[in-house]
Amino acid sequence: MESTVKLTPLTESDQLLLDKIEQEAETSINLCYQCGKCSAGCPVGFAMDYTPRQVIRLLQLGLINEALSAESIWICASCETCSARCPRGVDIASLMDTLRREALYRGIITDKKVAVFNQAFLAGVRNFGRTYEAGLLLTHNLKTMQPFKDAELGLPMMSRGKVHLFPAKIKGREQVKKIFERAEKMRGEQ
Amino acid sequence: MKLAYYPGCSSEGSAIEYDLSTKKTAHMLETDLQELEDWNCCGATSAHNTNKLLAGSLPARNLAIAEQNGMDLILAPCAACYNRLHSTELAARKDNALREQIQEVIDMDFKALTTTISVLEWLDDKVGIDKIKAKVTNPLKGMKAACYYGCLLVRPAEHTGFDDTEDPQSMDRIVRALGAQTVDWPYKVECCGAALATSRPEIGAKMIYDVITNAKAAGAQCLVTACPLCMLNLDMRQAGAEKMFKEKLNLPVYYVTELVAIAGGASPTEVGVGKHFVEAISYLESLPARAAEMEAAEPKPVKKAAKADSEESDGEPAGAEDAEALQKKIDAMIKGFNKNPDKMAARLIEDEERAKILVEVISGDEKKTARLAELMVTDKEKATKAAEAFVTGELKKREKQN
Repeated sequence: MESTVKLTPLTESDQLLLDKIEQEAETSINLCYQCGKCSAGCPVGFAMDYTPRQVIRLLQLGLINEALSAESIWICASCETCSARCPRGVDIASLMDTLRREALYRGIITDKKVAVFNQAFLAGVRNFGRTYEAGLLLTHNLKTMQPFKDAELGLPMMSRGKVHLFPAKIKGREQVKKIFERAEKMRGEQ
Repeated sequence: MKLAYYPGCSSEGSAIEYDLSTKKTAHMLETDLQELEDWNCCGATSAHNTNKLLAGSLPARNLAIAEQNGMDLILAPCAACYNRLHSTELAARKDNALREQIQEVIDMDFKALTTTISVLEWLDDKVGIDKIKAKVTNPLKGMKAACYYGCLLVRPAEHTGFDDTEDPQSMDRIVRALGAQTVDWPYKVECCGAALATSRPEIGAKMIYDVITNAKAAGAQCLVTACPLCMLNLDMRQAGAEKMFKEKLNLPVYYVTELVAIAGGASPTEVGVGKHFVEAISYLESLPARAAEMEAAEPKPVKKAAKADSEESDGEPAGAEDAEALQKKIDAMIKGFNKNPDKMAARLIEDEERAKILVEVISGDEKKTARLAELMVTDKEKATKAAEAFVTGELKKREKQN
């Protein structure tokens, strides 16, 4: 990584991207006066490379790629504490959400584990209409190459009647599949 | 009251108890739950992490089904489902273009007319504390609980809007109505780590550990939650946090609906408490002894109370005489304890060894002796319970010292 960052005026395409991010997040990054209240209260701040305040600063400085590559946006647990406390009314959680989606769309995925989890989760919903917890854990483990993760929980889950051998399937499966297809298509058209 | 019921995917797997106890609680409180037909997953965090339109459309299919069936109030016990369903309703009401877009994606009529509520809102706001209190037949006296709200039951405020985001009280009110004590603690709205416990366990385990140790430091003997993911993390993954931090935590966790149902007369196993990972039935069974212990720890000065009574009943010498007679009996009992403690202890506890320990505990402890003497005169059963509690407490103390 370069140790110095050159700040230059935003290019037109960067400005367009920033506008789009703000619009989708329904918030404005320029409201932020960098007080850091969001980061002081962030329950996962300890594990982030850039704190939420710093992520906003990156955007304010036009360093959009840096923000999209931050591990922080994948570590964010969407707990909404930052948005609830921001004295300027910046919806930071929504911004994090938007950055995650944008990064995913551009294939910049700094934390593969979280992205793989989301993918496995949605694959289950797309196929069955509901989440299949056991299948989700299994897929996640296989795709992240850790087949025995949480293996000690498998049997106790079963003995408690909390795991089904087969997923629950809803009648409207085809309808749900179409919801996925249309939502993806419309996302691509934006 | 009639509510549409959206169980959510975890109700069929990891959160079976939540579903069981919600239905039991509803029956007890005369709420008619009508499960939404052929409901689908709300998409949870994964959908809104991935595609905003998908994140609105998956919940909207369920909302549209409710609309088709003429239902306008939906109960979603899972905090994440509640958040997704309710925020979709609000976003679509605010933004007509979005509503139309969603309508196109789900290919159904969607007017965004429904309102989704959480379990807390249902119990505290729609049913009401007084009605819950009136249904309690088995009060949870002796329980010291930390009510854990986590994130999505209180945030964002403009969505939830019925409780404080920093120091919510609705669950505390419900749990207190059941006869339990609740503790004041700073981590009641901290995040449990949600899916991070699965995707990034090294981060998730610390968050789980922090919530549990903070509750214990505040004096809580159990946690109460109204969210399946919080339950999964705090209960099922408690062992993982113990392993990582090399510390035994052993804090039972309950769904608020389990407690309401149990206080209303249901058995713990019937509402699924036996399915928890951290053993949670024995704490419930220990409550009567704990209540007696608590009572014993705060001895009421009998003389003063008796006098106050007689003063209140102004000019009724009989009351004063009664009090005096009672005090005489208690004094005699205290004398008995001092003179022949072994015999007195044997009257309270059958087991010889435990009776011996009781003698050791009360000899030289005037307060405890007086308390037992008073109870023996007024309520023999309570005296036995208090004596057992003294012994159990002493044994625990000794165990710790060893």
